[in-house]
Amino acid sequence: MSAGKSSARAFLRSAGSVFLKDWRSELRTRYAVSALLMFVVTTISIILFSLGSEGASPDALSGMLWVVVFFAAMSGLSRTFVMEEERGTTLTLQLLAPPGAVFFGKLLFNIVLVSGVNAVTVLLYAAFINGFVIRTMSIFIVTVGLASLGFAAAATVIAAIIARANTKGTLYPVLSFPIVLPLLLSVINATRMASEGAFFTEAAGEFQLLISYIVVVVVASSMLFEFIWKD
Amino acid sequence: MTHPLQLVGEGLRKEYDRRPVFRDVSFSVSAGETLLVTGRNGSGKSTLVKIICGVLTPGGGTLSFRQDGGVPPGEQRDLVGLVSPYLQMFEEFSAVENLSIAMGIRGLTFDAKAADVLLERVAIFPRRHDAVRTYSSGMKQRVKYAFALIHTPPVLVLDEPMSNLDAEGIAIVRGVMEEQRGRGILVVATNDLSDIGSYDRRVDLNERR
Amino acid sequence: MMLKIVLGVLLTAVIVFGFGLPMSPRPQAWYELPVIPGLEQKARIIFFHVPTAWLSVVAFLTSMVYAIQYLRKRDLRYDIRSSAAAGLGFMFCILATLTGAVWAKFNWGSYWNWDPRETSIFVLLLIYGAYFSLRSAVETEEKRATLSSAYSIIAAVTVPFFIFIMPRIMTGLHPGAKGDPEGAGPVVEFKMSPNMRVIFFSSLIAFTLLFYWMFTLRVRTAEVEAHHQQRG
Repeated sequence: MSAGKSSARAFLRSAGSVFLKDWRSELRTRYAVSALLMFVVTTISIILFSLGSEGASPDALSGMLWVVVFFAAMSGLSRTFVMEEERGTTLTLQLLAPPGAVFFGKLLFNIVLVSGVNAVTVLLYAAFINGFVIRTMSIFIVTVGLASLGFAAAATVIAAIIARANTKGTLYPVLSFPIVLPLLLSVINATRMASEGAFFTEAAGEFQLLISYIVVVVVASSMLFEFIWKD
Repeated sequence: MTHPLQLVGEGLRKEYDRRPVFRDVSFSVSAGETLLVTGRNGSGKSTLVKIICGVLTPGGGTLSFRQDGGVPPGEQRDLVGLVSPYLQMFEEFSAVENLSIAMGIRGLTFDAKAADVLLERVAIFPRRHDAVRTYSSGMKQRVKYAFALIHTPPVLVLDEPMSNLDAEGIAIVRGVMEEQRGRGILVVATNDLSDIGSYDRRVDLNERR
Repeated sequence: MMLKIVLGVLLTAVIVFGFGLPMSPRPQAWYELPVIPGLEQKARIIFFHVPTAWLSVVAFLTSMVYAIQYLRKRDLRYDIRSSAAAGLGFMFCILATLTGAVWAKFNWGSYWNWDPRETSIFVLLLIYGAYFSLRSAVETEEKRATLSSAYSIIAAVTVPFFIFIMPRIMTGLHPGAKGDPEGAGPVVEFKMSPNMRVIFFSSLIAFTLLFYWMFTLRVRTAEVEAHHQQRG
């Protein structure tokens, strides 16, 4: 019975278990990770081939990095909810956990997933795309970190919405793009600054914006999630 | 149990696309009693089951759990266990893992020994470490019973309790039902009255459209 | 009835005066509009472009408010209003984008430049498009209402960020964008003579009334349809 279950601890246990379930499931099947990595490798290869010996301006290269990241996010971050719908386990989760726990558990999963994929993307991009130079590494690292959090936050709530609708695939980027656009513009700008060698403090304004975006999106999503999730 | 638990539904109604599935459904079940829900296919048995389990919001009316006062909605989740054809297990995991996941997500402590006893009871013990994906439909149904009982809920809800079960499975379920009658509330939704022995209350959804 | 008449008269007046009144370098009579250097005849578009842009934002906010009400009360009538407002907003947004592109062509040489205001209206267009794509993808009415309400709220929450980022990154072509820290006001900052102001604000009022009128019509039609559907 539920006697002896203090609510804050139980909530954290709940959310943590939701995360662990997704994590272990992913470790076993490796669907999301392998597909995502292949996606990133393929996209960067395409960019390499189309650039040829021409190269592109550092500004353009900064922008393109985030295009790759955006589409990688679109490939992978909806899986956590769509998979439950496909396997019919949405009802199971609804029975076991309060909506908030499901949301935070899956948000954490997406944060881990997108951080991992972004790290690989950035490394591959930096290694293979000539002309992509980062002069202020501190700005760039903070930018990638905040971008990962931001993408995960926005993508998770939109994933929840499309999973509950009937057509999954094509709708996801369509719904996500307007939401993610402020984030994209901000990180592209910050990356440009890092590329040009700006001082860390110059990017502070951009970071403030990113942090408030993340906070606002997470708070709004957690409030809306209950309505999206429950029938 | 200190005070006996009561499950009360008052004036429940549900619509889809503005068309009513059922309306004005009321019932009251107390600990030790069995509620039978009957109705044609499509009459809303599963819909009512979902409302009782708290995963579907009724269009009108209230569903409440009472035990020396009302039980707040946040605590109702762990009072109910469900077995149903449309409830899926996490099939990439084994039976034991499913039980452990269930308790973890509920925020409760997992007792491995109690889980083993339960799995023995539903005749899954020998295959308990195999992925549920590899089970036959009868085994999957039995695992659902373990999944529903692992947190010893005072209210057990069974939708089509005998589906996919052979004689051995049916016997197991009858045992489970008897035991539940002894310690709490049993709700059975079915059209096959031989599924259930006796019952104390009945909701017939055929009359409630 | 009164509303329709007033609206008809007002809109006609706006169109006639907006296009008809002559422009002269030193306006003397009440019916002469000043010539704004750099804009001249093209300034007339202010009377129509700005109100449509203004309305596409107002409609979005209206839709969001009704969306919040739906989620709180679960009454489908709120969803009818939310989507009615959004439909009108979509239409006005398309008009604003088109009139803006026409002005851009005549003023700055090309139809589209990714100036902050142009980009903002484009993003609003994308949000409207996404909203309706989502609605068409959900079958049950209740679920459709819930999901689209949730989406319009999350979209509304990110829009302010957009408004704050854009001017910091790009310099603006729009009058009033330069030196304007927010770049958000729909009302343009350059000087308008009193008679221009009369026409401008009348146009704003007229378009707002138009929106209100069309909104009530759409809501009434939708409610009748819903009533029929309920009857089976």
